[in-house]
Amino acid sequence: MRVLVKRSSAVQEFEVPRHPSQTVLDVVTYIQRKLDPTLAYRFACRVGMCGSCAMTVNGAPRWTCRTHVDRVLKNNELAIGPLRNLPVIRDLVTDMREFFDKWARAQGRFRGGRTKHDDFEKVIPDSPERKAADAGIECIGCAVCYSACNVVAANPQYLGPAALNRAWTLLKDARSVDAIEKLRAVAGDAGCHACHTHMDCTERCPKHISPTAAIAGLKRATATAALKGEL
Amino acid sequence: MTQTLLWLAQRITAVILAVCVVVHLATIIYAVQGGLTAAEILGRTRGNTAWLAFYSLFVFAAAIHAPIGLRPVLGEWLRWRGASREAFLILFSVMLLATGMRAALAVFA
Repeated sequence: MRVLVKRSSAVQEFEVPRHPSQTVLDVVTYIQRKLDPTLAYRFACRVGMCGSCAMTVNGAPRWTCRTHVDRVLKNNELAIGPLRNLPVIRDLVTDMREFFDKWARAQGRFRGGRTKHDDFEKVIPDSPERKAADAGIECIGCAVCYSACNVVAANPQYLGPAALNRAWTLLKDARSVDAIEKLRAVAGDAGCHACHTHMDCTERCPKHISPTAAIAGLKRATATAALKGEL
Repeated sequence: MTQTLLWLAQRITAVILAVCVVVHLATIIYAVQGGLTAAEILGRTRGNTAWLAFYSLFVFAAAIHAPIGLRPVLGEWLRWRGASREAFLILFSVMLLATGMRAALAVFA
């Protein structure tokens, strides 16, 4: 197959042999090991857990380790580039700092109220709150949603689907104690209210999470808090 | 807070507009059945406080809804943010309200 790799300098063309069950990451690794050792790319686990190998494949962001070439090959051709909406460090490696800084800005960290002297918090698995949180907690932080999001492209301040999804899962966590602080962090032009519900994030998420649903939940929660005068 | 309230205002006015637009379009389709004349329209609206109230609500909802929707369009397409954008949007809202109410009152009085 013909592989076009968008490198920092220019688009470079390679000829890579096809194999059964070959993934896009296999293709990139083949290029780096056999054809051009100067190609920079990032990966770690190879099994869809670590979220480090996402790239743009034939125009769409994907986790490359779990994307089979069969599924994305068009006219025996594969175009591979770095993720969109993130600064490129080199070749296929993007700088993820802004992406994770936005998780911090969205208060995407857990804050509980109990100490080791307290009893365990009871988390009811079937409660609507827990189900809402469970729907979003499998995020691996691969930035595929962030790269797919047109609002991020148009509004660089926007926290993005992953950070807002994270805030939502923590908000729905029975042990969380800083709900209002979180809602303040995610409300507004840089937060959930910037989302246009294009659903590119939901369509592209490799873990089949719906950040759109999380963001809609945040809009409802912020509206309720605002009406109560708590925001 | 402000943006949350703007979002709420846009959602509420969307509900109002959905009803208003349907009533407005249905009335048009009904009204043109036997030909359309200015006299016929004025005969229906002149002195009719129910129609005035309906169109006043329509105008108010549109004057709130449209500027809130235009806000991110200006921000994302023209990179226009800050106080000047908000001032422009308030002006735009006032313009919608003034021209809309002028039309509603013209067919009433």
